[in-house]
Amino acid sequence: MQSSAFMTRKDIIGFAILAALIFIVFPMVLDSFRLNLFGKYLTYAFVAIGLSLCWGAGGILSLGQGVFFGLGGYCMAMFLKLEASTPENTAIQSTPGIPDFMDWNQLTELPWWWEPFYSLPLALLAVVAVPVMFAFIIGVAMFTRRVGGVYFAIITQAFAAIMTILIIGQQGYTGGVNGITDLRTLMGWDIRTDEAKTTLYFVNGVLLFAVLFAAQYVRKSKLGRLLIAMRDQEDRVRFSGYNVANFKIFIFCLGAAFAGIGGAMFTLQVGFMSPTLVGIVPSIEMVIFCAVGGRLSILGAVYGALLVNWAKTTFSESFPELWLLGLGGLFIAVVMLFPNGLAGVWSEKVEPRLMALFGKSREDKPAPDGAPAE
Amino acid sequence: MSDGISNNKTKGVSRRAVLAGGTALTASLFMPNGLRAADFPTAEVNTTGLAVTDDAVTIGILHSITGTMAISETGSVQAEKLAIEQINAQGGILGRKIEYIQEDGASDWPTFAEKARKLLVNDKVASVMGCWTSASRKAVLPVFEQHNGFLYYPTFYEGLEESPNVIYTGQEATQQIIAGLDWVNQTKGAKTFYLLGSDYIWPRTSNKIARKHIENFMDGCKVVGEEYYPLGHTQFNSVINKIRLRKPDVIYAIVVGGSNVAFYKQLKAAGIDMTKEKPLLLTISVTEDEIRGIGGENIDGAYACMKYFQSLENENNLAFVKAFKEMWGDDMVIGDVTQAAYLGPWLWKAAVEKAGSFDVDKVREASPGIELTTAPEGYVKVHENHHLWSKTRVGRAQADGQYEVVFETADLVEPDPFPEGYQ
Amino acid sequence: MFADYSMAELGAIFAMQGFAGLILFSVFVLMALGLAIIFGQMGVINMAHGEFMILGAYVTYLVSNLFAEYMPALFSMYFFVAMIFAFIASGLLGLFVEWAMIRHLYKRPLDTLLATWGLSLILQQTYRSVFGAREVGVSIPDWMMGSLPLTDLIEVPINGIFVMVLAVGISLAVYIMMFRSRWGKQVRAINQNRVMAGAVGINTEWTDRLTFGIGCGVAGVAGSAFTMIGSTGPTAGQLYIVDTFLVVVFGGAGSLLGTIASAFSISQAQSIMEFFLSGSMAKVLTLLVVVGILMIRPQGLFSLKLRK
Repeated sequence: MQSSAFMTRKDIIGFAILAALIFIVFPMVLDSFRLNLFGKYLTYAFVAIGLSLCWGAGGILSLGQGVFFGLGGYCMAMFLKLEASTPENTAIQSTPGIPDFMDWNQLTELPWWWEPFYSLPLALLAVVAVPVMFAFIIGVAMFTRRVGGVYFAIITQAFAAIMTILIIGQQGYTGGVNGITDLRTLMGWDIRTDEAKTTLYFVNGVLLFAVLFAAQYVRKSKLGRLLIAMRDQEDRVRFSGYNVANFKIFIFCLGAAFAGIGGAMFTLQVGFMSPTLVGIVPSIEMVIFCAVGGRLSILGAVYGALLVNWAKTTFSESFPELWLLGLGGLFIAVVMLFPNGLAGVWSEKVEPRLMALFGKSREDKPAPDGAPAE
Repeated sequence: MSDGISNNKTKGVSRRAVLAGGTALTASLFMPNGLRAADFPTAEVNTTGLAVTDDAVTIGILHSITGTMAISETGSVQAEKLAIEQINAQGGILGRKIEYIQEDGASDWPTFAEKARKLLVNDKVASVMGCWTSASRKAVLPVFEQHNGFLYYPTFYEGLEESPNVIYTGQEATQQIIAGLDWVNQTKGAKTFYLLGSDYIWPRTSNKIARKHIENFMDGCKVVGEEYYPLGHTQFNSVINKIRLRKPDVIYAIVVGGSNVAFYKQLKAAGIDMTKEKPLLLTISVTEDEIRGIGGENIDGAYACMKYFQSLENENNLAFVKAFKEMWGDDMVIGDVTQAAYLGPWLWKAAVEKAGSFDVDKVREASPGIELTTAPEGYVKVHENHHLWSKTRVGRAQADGQYEVVFETADLVEPDPFPEGYQ
Repeated sequence: MFADYSMAELGAIFAMQGFAGLILFSVFVLMALGLAIIFGQMGVINMAHGEFMILGAYVTYLVSNLFAEYMPALFSMYFFVAMIFAFIASGLLGLFVEWAMIRHLYKRPLDTLLATWGLSLILQQTYRSVFGAREVGVSIPDWMMGSLPLTDLIEVPINGIFVMVLAVGISLAVYIMMFRSRWGKQVRAINQNRVMAGAVGINTEWTDRLTFGIGCGVAGVAGSAFTMIGSTGPTAGQLYIVDTFLVVVFGGAGSLLGTIASAFSISQAQSIMEFFLSGSMAKVLTLLVVVGILMIRPQGLFSLKLRK
């Protein structure tokens, strides 16, 4: 891990296994409904990777990642909604051509800040830029005053609460509790069909790997090592002449950018965006994906997002009345027994044995659910 | 087949026996032994690959049983299960037993969409009874339209929607609002109204319709305040002070969920005695279900405008209440939405039998005009716009948690999801 | 907006509005005190705080049913008994949770957040399985649900007064315990220097457990009191958690006085804005102002220590 090469042999194997899972195993094993579900889980993996950088490497725990995820998702949804709200589609409204929820709330013209979202390039830019801008403001205010740890966590949590109340309250502009629903096409391409969803799954996978490589690059760069040094001994890094705040702001913004991309992909795959993804509960769940996967490992974060969501779906399908008990128990067990998550279990328990078995680390057939720890 | 259904009032031969047996009155009860599956070969009644076998048909139940909405949706699940059990006891649908797959929407709209897809794509259910909030319905709507599913949606809601894949068994906004406002105006002489609600689409749209009606159609009446609080808000002392200041004749309250409990408790504690009707309180969001949480003594004297109250005295309802309590316990109460949810499986059964097929397209075609004379609320009929014709009633809350019905419209009120002049 | 009203009416309204603000203040204090003890003194983030409150509410519900069944004559007094039981039940659960979970996590404060979040899910589901998914109606004795007419125009809700008295009483009790009792001195000693406190013979393990238990117990009492003004259901606890954390952080963790000062300023701001704006906007503005101030002064109103 401390090697200066961009990827060690072990990293390459890890990336290859994940790539094989996402691009070969899942599409072959899963039917189109389940594959789409896994696509949804993968959108959470973007957030988890960002969190693993911020929290695992940088020691910054944000409980407001849902805000960035939501902002990215809303930016995408605004573009899709405008495309769906052609005057023909909305002919029965009193003001045709504006999104239906605006019409229900007696708006008679599109608010000015919706205008840029007629353009796909601007919308895609906004998907990344808007979350980063928010993260930058929060980051500057917090980190230059050296707020960290628990305080930062709770203040970001307050942001998540405010954002939800704001979105729900301003329903004429945001769709309120319902969110922005009934999205249909992307540049004329129907995103609701099964084929489209499968295509989006692969787009999602490719983007995920782009983000993974970016994260890997950051971790291996000087910045990554400084982050870990800051997490462990912030003052020493500061006394060595580094501007700690700037590094933290950068990594926090990067995490926000990842979350924004994830949110946009979520909107595309699920077909709508809703404030339930912005609030405190989803934000904490996103942290939990990262914790279950292992906060120190970016690959672990992906597995964590997949495993927790898969468990959630499976528990709730099999035991609709009791699945919360299982989920709550899982969180407690991970924190108490496996503080480094799946990645920790893998590197402490599984890998040494494999090494012993094969003499050196070799590729092993992973479990179909994508969890390296069984 | 719809004839058989609408005629059963005149054929009440064994009604007493049925009541004694504890089953609700139903149409097909009076068809000898129901229908036999052998007369309806699976290949003919199911041409689109739904989960229909020679002796069973599978439907979905999709409500929140965890999360904040579980409080409200539990009653709907119970009513739907009761209706399914009763239909099965009478021989099922086209000779097939109804089986159900229950999924948890977890009060989370994306989860609703996910589970709806699972039910339609994986389980191939023939229809779905489900959803409660508008947000959950909006989330699943594209899924139902894409996969051509059929949803029975039980909640009174804001209207502005008419999907070929949904039957709305609750009231759209005008059905619930207009008659009640006219009634307080005509019988209580109310002139000034204070509109209050939780902050989301249903209360806002409902209050918009109420405001238009008050200002445009009720002579000399006006709105003296309109106000919204976030969902889950628990402190209402400030708005209570504002109400005192404005002295409205009517507080028109559309507060939902946990906020309801806080609002009525604080209203009572602030010395606003609703039994004195000064001001009078009219709500469209508090059913018997909610009163359990609020406490009957805290809402005594308030008026609610609904289509159904548990205290309705007709034979259908007496049998329904009895069966419901036998299945779920004596301490259960039944609210408006619970009753509407109960109608879902029965309306679907009637439509399937009229169509002679489980195919969604044929069921949809058969649905308009379906009548149910056995509904606990009395008589309902499906409109071409997929909503129900039903009566509007005003009830007055009693300390024991029940409503006393004080008014009902003479005729069925036509559903009008896109009301002219109220937009 | 006020042109149509006489001075007397306006005076009465403002008096009552001021009173509404005080009630809100008391509610915030009750919510936040338990958390302030746990978070401020131990650095533990208890995300299940709301669920501990609801446990108190359910205990109140059970006690009210018991009294209605077996001692109807004493029903009007049951609430006091219920609060004691609520304290004991939530406190015991707190002791157990500390023993089973929290004590293993003192070196990882952020992890307590995740573990207690898991705990809150489990508690919610347990309440749902035991008491049903619906809200339960807690019958409050009649004398507590009335209002007290001070003048012709001013009426004061009795349960509001009750909450205020309770808030003052519990604050005083916590203050005395924290600054006068042996336990309080030990807690503060541990907070300042755990190793040294252990070295001079303080049983740090037991003190921690007791602190957590007392914090949870206070939450239980708050939950019990809130049956008068709010709902009792499996997920009702989540309604309180954000406000509670904001109050504690805004006040500056570690300072009980700060918690009270912050409860006062937030409640007054919210109450005044609610009167002039719509409830939703008032809430958003209050939260924005609080966060804005935290941006400028992240250590909160009264701070003891912030930087790690």
